[in-house]
Amino acid sequence: MNTTKYMNPYLAGFLLGLLLVATIYISGRGLGASGAMKSVTVETVQNVAPKHAANTAFFKEYASTHSGNPLKSWLVFEVVGVIIGAFVSGLVSERLSFKLEKGPKTKDKARIIGAIFGGLLFGFGSQLGRGCTSGAALSGMAVLSTGGILTMIAIFGGAYLFAYFFRKLWL
Amino acid sequence: MGPLVPDVISTNMNLIFALIIGVLFGTILEKAGFSSSRKLVGLFYGYDFTVLRVFFTAGVTGMFGIIVLDHFGFLDVNLIYINPTFVGASIVGGLIMGMGFVVGGYCPGTSVCAAAIGKIDAMYFILGIVGGILIFAEGYPLWEGFYKANNLGYIRIFDTLGMSQSFFAFLLTVIAMVAFWGTSIIQKKVNGIHEPIFKFTPYHLSLTAIGAFIAVSAFFVPPQKETLLAKVEDEKFVAQYEVEQMDIDEFAYRIMDRDKKMQIFDFRSFEEYKEMSIPNSISFSVNNFFEKEPNRLLNIQGRTNVFIANSEIEEKKIAVIAQEMGYENIEILSGGIAQFQAEILEFSQEKPVANDLNRATLKFRTKAAVEIPEMIKNNKPAGKVEKKLKRVVGGC
Repeated sequence: MNTTKYMNPYLAGFLLGLLLVATIYISGRGLGASGAMKSVTVETVQNVAPKHAANTAFFKEYASTHSGNPLKSWLVFEVVGVIIGAFVSGLVSERLSFKLEKGPKTKDKARIIGAIFGGLLFGFGSQLGRGCTSGAALSGMAVLSTGGILTMIAIFGGAYLFAYFFRKLWL
Repeated sequence: MGPLVPDVISTNMNLIFALIIGVLFGTILEKAGFSSSRKLVGLFYGYDFTVLRVFFTAGVTGMFGIIVLDHFGFLDVNLIYINPTFVGASIVGGLIMGMGFVVGGYCPGTSVCAAAIGKIDAMYFILGIVGGILIFAEGYPLWEGFYKANNLGYIRIFDTLGMSQSFFAFLLTVIAMVAFWGTSIIQKKVNGIHEPIFKFTPYHLSLTAIGAFIAVSAFFVPPQKETLLAKVEDEKFVAQYEVEQMDIDEFAYRIMDRDKKMQIFDFRSFEEYKEMSIPNSISFSVNNFFEKEPNRLLNIQGRTNVFIANSEIEEKKIAVIAQEMGYENIEILSGGIAQFQAEILEFSQEKPVANDLNRATLKFRTKAAVEIPEMIKNNKPAGKVEKKLKRVVGGC
């Protein structure tokens, strides 16, 4: 397929930075992603197992700090926007296709297990670290938060630390 | 003054903005190549540093934007979300995420982008994220203690490191530039491309020049508060300023007249204010100038804002700060509260000042010296200026 080239990384970074500033100026908060998935998770548990949600410390704490429907949250709307934006960009750049992306020597099964396990770790870590690469690392860096920058160093540092052990997945 | 929520932009409108911001966010991430796991992890194996370039450029641009908005007083940094610092949880959470990054090939935002264009591995990754959040939720009592330990609050990195904001911004920009250059060398090596270490094309020279310009200009946009407080310590700077003065008789007259057009801002300490406060005055501090909600009071049309403090020189310094910030209709009480106290509140015809006064003033002050202390006695202090706005809750 004849795909369009990617944007110059510095231009993309510059635009992303401007968007981040606009976001903070308008909404007083930065960009994020994992928080939306948390809202979806909470909403699902509350609907599927309302009794369980009412008796579990985490969900009780969530309910006491968040009012209203978990899905009517800033990050959920933002992530819906991300899906739309990425889809449209993929469409015009001719990058839409169902594809399992993996290293040249990786088996499909290994890639799927890796993706799920990596997701588990990221999901867990983003809760413990109060934000992911977008919410803690990128937005935290823009507002010069000590915690955000610590998380950023830990994410990238950790990835380099463990990269050697998982090289067979990618190289 | 930003942030525009919740007053300029309502809570519901904010969600619409969230959607629009998300569309732009998704477009930029996808266009930058973040919808490909192989491109993302290239960062950790040295064959593709796109992520680092995009991420670091965005971080520096974002930081610089916030610094500039703060410098010009367009943004109240006390209201924006600063990620709180919980040392242990930040680091351990980050390390776990780092491992998730190399194992799964994505982070949450990029996995959404990738799934949106059909990447099947990204869909599994998202499934995993939901699972990870569930595990965190179900086992919450086990790690709640660690999760909440060592809370250092909303601290900023330059304070932690004990340097100025400007210097940190300079440092970060320089680190970013060195990283861009260094990783481009590594990337070429890993991919077996032979090119010189330095390239003097217009593209590379311009990028370097822009970076250097940003790094140096960090020193020209220090936080607004810091700059102004330092400026007014310079007596010459304050002396060249013209600030309108209100003499104590006019001030006294307008108090007795209960003039609604006069707003009195009392800049003494709150303790002194509680002890003795002028009717209809409000306790204010220099810090309030830099806050979104209190400073609205200063912008009410058709009001004269009178600044009072113990001495006239203090009043003038404060008025200069306010004028520098663009506030108008400011007057200061001539001679400060000290003179007002001595010559109005405690006025008596036996005092030497009485000899210099004409008969009308003498008569007025004699009356004021009875009435105003009475008004002060019956006055309930209005208290500090109200701050209803709370810091925005954000994060993931």
